[in-house]
Amino acid sequence: MLGYALRRLILAIPLLIGITFISFFVIHLAPGEPTELQTGDTPVQSDKEVRERLRQVYGLDKPLHVQYWNWLNRLARLDFGRSFSPDARPVLQKIGERLPVTLLLNIVEMMVIVALAIPVGVLSATRQYSKFDKVTTIFVFVGFATPDFWLALMLMILFGVQLGWLPISGLRSPTWEYLSFWQQQWDFVAHLTLPILVATFGGLAGFSRYMRQSMLEVIRQDYIQSARAKGLPESVVIAKHALRNALLPIVTVLGLSLPGLIGGSVIVESIFAIPGMGQLMVQAVFERDYPVIMGNLVIVATLTLVANLIADLTYSLVDPRIRVAARRSRR
Amino acid sequence: MKGFWRAFRRNRLALIGGVVVVVLAALALLAPAIAPWDPNRPDVKKILDAPSRAHPLGTDQLGRDVLSRMLYGARVSLAVGFVSVGIATLIGIALGAAAGYHGGTIDAMVMRLVDLMLVFPRFFLLLAVLAFLRPSIWTIMVVIGLTGWMSVARLIRAEFLTLKEREFVLWSQSIGASAYRIIWRHILPNAIGPVLVAMTLGIPAAILTESGLSFLGLGVQPPHATWGNILNEGKDAIEIGWWLSAYPGLAILVTVLSYNLLGEGIRDALDPRLRQNVGRIVSRAR
Repeated sequence: MLGYALRRLILAIPLLIGITFISFFVIHLAPGEPTELQTGDTPVQSDKEVRERLRQVYGLDKPLHVQYWNWLNRLARLDFGRSFSPDARPVLQKIGERLPVTLLLNIVEMMVIVALAIPVGVLSATRQYSKFDKVTTIFVFVGFATPDFWLALMLMILFGVQLGWLPISGLRSPTWEYLSFWQQQWDFVAHLTLPILVATFGGLAGFSRYMRQSMLEVIRQDYIQSARAKGLPESVVIAKHALRNALLPIVTVLGLSLPGLIGGSVIVESIFAIPGMGQLMVQAVFERDYPVIMGNLVIVATLTLVANLIADLTYSLVDPRIRVAARRSRR
Repeated sequence: MKGFWRAFRRNRLALIGGVVVVVLAALALLAPAIAPWDPNRPDVKKILDAPSRAHPLGTDQLGRDVLSRMLYGARVSLAVGFVSVGIATLIGIALGAAAGYHGGTIDAMVMRLVDLMLVFPRFFLLLAVLAFLRPSIWTIMVVIGLTGWMSVARLIRAEFLTLKEREFVLWSQSIGASAYRIIWRHILPNAIGPVLVAMTLGIPAAILTESGLSFLGLGVQPPHATWGNILNEGKDAIEIGWWLSAYPGLAILVTVLSYNLLGEGIRDALDPRLRQNVGRIVSRAR
């Protein structure tokens, strides 16, 4: 088990380098440079000397492969460089401030999705073609088709503007400091409600669909028939024999869907003005802040790889067949 | 083909989806003829007017007619959907066919590339790339296409793995047909069904991505109207003009929904075995 995890970790390193390689060259080869943007709105617009000096400061005057090599070298020492934006703070510090927010958002989102999608999927599979199944199927199709930014706007208009029940931007009210401890907690929850609702919506549709599909396949198996044949009550057959097996593929799907969920937080964070990684990424993209963009990509890719690894490990933990196969192949 | 049509016709939702898809395409094509107003003509006297008889879907911050802008926006959305999926499909077919037919090292390399692309948070990559390319309809199409070919490649590879063992392939090989010819003339036509489904389901995904990027201001740039950038303007006016956000989003929803229904309908009609089997066995078990 440990050996497998280690092997997977080592295999992930070339993957990560591949990702940085592609993105680094795409970003740097594309026309337009951060120096143009920074000198663009100053009176010395056409001052080539200023621009050259900036290029030297940022190391943009060196050949591309040298730049990449230097960047990779610093990365190996966990030095992500400094932001190109006027504050020039270390990239790692900037990301570090925002990572917890995005993680919190994604973890809560994940938990809500799993908690709702599994029962919904199981119910609509065990009652295929029932009214419940039809309603959830419609919900799934609508959920797949709803643009999350539009849903966010509609909820903001309804709950924020018309009804005035929930705050629509940021993580804290302006009066936060003057609130009591419990009011502060409530304030935080209220601010997170709409973003999490929006972020959960699309994912929920997908997962309940997968769960239904997986459950339908399991129910067809012979061992379910035999469980029924030996006289077990239907509830035991479903909850114990079927559910356990139907959950297996979901673990993998969960791991695979992570990039999508994290990507989705870009839109949610920028609509609701939540200071997370997604918002930082959008800002950096508009400012052409190379080091922040690259840092973001590396962190997000690493998180995804780690989450995939965890998903795979969980998979082999819960499925004895895979463990046995792995042991055999090692011999 | 007859069996396919018979199975497809029975699926009411897929039929509705298909009709909506056709109507949308017609509306987009005819936009210049049927748009009631010039989509880019501002009118200071009509800023953020609520929906009325003259402007059925209201006007925006510059007094432009939202309905006309949405009709023109449909052209952009559909064009981006079709072209980017076309690009993705071509790449997916080329790589998937090479991997599935030849196997070995080529297969391993292609599949590693697929893994790499799948692990990548696609939206982050899109953002990073678009920040540095001047965003236009063409760059959006190319970039979405270049990051969306993986599922087609996997699909084609899987089809090729089974098809290449069939007799008609072995016979062509035995009379000395080239790999290129076998792939394009003999195997691919047999794998076209799943590709068609993947394309139909890929178009709405591309439309969603494009509108998301335009919404963030990194997609198709104003004054070109797209559903995404009308929504972006709507975001700044949520307190006054709900119509500016409501209608374009509804248009995206309906479009994506219709394509999805159509795609699933085609899939079920192409492969009726799966559906019937599931239904029959489950009902017998009860």
